[in-house]
Amino acid sequence: MGPFQRLGHAALGVLERLGRGHLFLFRTLLAMGTLVRRPGLLVRELYSVGVLSLLIIAVSGLFVGMVLGYQGYITLVDFGAAEALGTVVALSLVRELGPVVTALLFAGRAGSALTAEIGLMKATEQLSSMEMMAVDPYKRVIAPRFLAGVISLPLLAAIFSAVGVAGGYFIGVGVLGVDAGAYWSQMQASVDFREDVMSGVIKSLVFGVVAAWIAVFEGYDATPTSEGVSRATTRTVVHTALAILALDFILTGLMFGDI
Amino acid sequence: MTTRRIEITVGIFVALGLAALFMLAIQVSNLGEYRGSDGYEVHAYFNNIGGLKVRAPVTMAGVRVGRVSAITYDAERYQARVSFTVSARYDQLPTDTQASIYTAGLLGEQYIALEPGGEDEVLRAGDVILFTQSALVLEELIGRMLVNLTGN
Repeated sequence: MGPFQRLGHAALGVLERLGRGHLFLFRTLLAMGTLVRRPGLLVRELYSVGVLSLLIIAVSGLFVGMVLGYQGYITLVDFGAAEALGTVVALSLVRELGPVVTALLFAGRAGSALTAEIGLMKATEQLSSMEMMAVDPYKRVIAPRFLAGVISLPLLAAIFSAVGVAGGYFIGVGVLGVDAGAYWSQMQASVDFREDVMSGVIKSLVFGVVAAWIAVFEGYDATPTSEGVSRATTRTVVHTALAILALDFILTGLMFGDI
Repeated sequence: MTTRRIEITVGIFVALGLAALFMLAIQVSNLGEYRGSDGYEVHAYFNNIGGLKVRAPVTMAGVRVGRVSAITYDAERYQARVSFTVSARYDQLPTDTQASIYTAGLLGEQYIALEPGGEDEVLRAGDVILFTQSALVLEELIGRMLVNLTGN
């Protein structure tokens, strides 16, 4: 193969995966109906995707909030505006850091696990044996995991932001001596529910769809060998991180661009 | 782990997530002030609104009584038309109430301050406030001061 042929081959490969990914998403959405009849499947996945990610999200949220408390204070105190610390902490968390950092942690904690699990199911031919028994793997395996990711991420992002605001309070008010009343009142005065909190929730919902989609697709599309599964797991984390940061830019432009 | 325990932990997780969202809504943001649309809207025309923004506070004697709901430009009057919603609790504003645009602090956000007049009639939904005072533009003020100085 010449260099041009190789280039074309690679480009076609990318397009093929893109198309396969979207067809996969479509079939997953079609398979979602079974979850109404069998919610037990979803609950089990919510446990492994959501509940098990809770600790890392809460601890990271606390630390990010505390760092924001310090950094915000150091910057604001020069302008004599240390009371605005609550605003800085809350806006950074609710608009940006909550959805984005949660999605990145989610890709590392839950997304990679989903990919590895589904990839191994494929490598050990569990998926084909399901098909043999007339069990649709989309309904039994893919759809519950996908939906669990979509539901978990907004909840985790909300927990992250709430814990982070508490962490900022702990550092700002408890350690650095910002007035507690000013911390909350300045925050409430400048954080808007529809504009800031809801756009954060919409962001995390979009990130949930993307992160869960990439994770289950990479698992389902993995080369059924141990090397293939390990590559798919790496790809999940890398692609999710890139997709989320790029989408965050687009969503931020759409939501806050018209100032 | 038994199914029951898994279900309980998932229930706790979802409840925790919703509680965090609830906390963000009530404690962190200003949702507590919306409380639906129980208020009435009045309008005022200003020559210059400065940096007034939608959802800026409307105050009466320093107490917030409402929020700016819309700002448009009236092409016939060459003026800015500011609509604001006043909470239904404060339905005793005289018709000759004056609306002024002030700035909170030296560099703070701008807000509308209402000063009551003496009429017995009160403002109703859709009424227009006749007496308004535009925002103070710093450059204009400095320019006027310079003219005064050179005049002397």
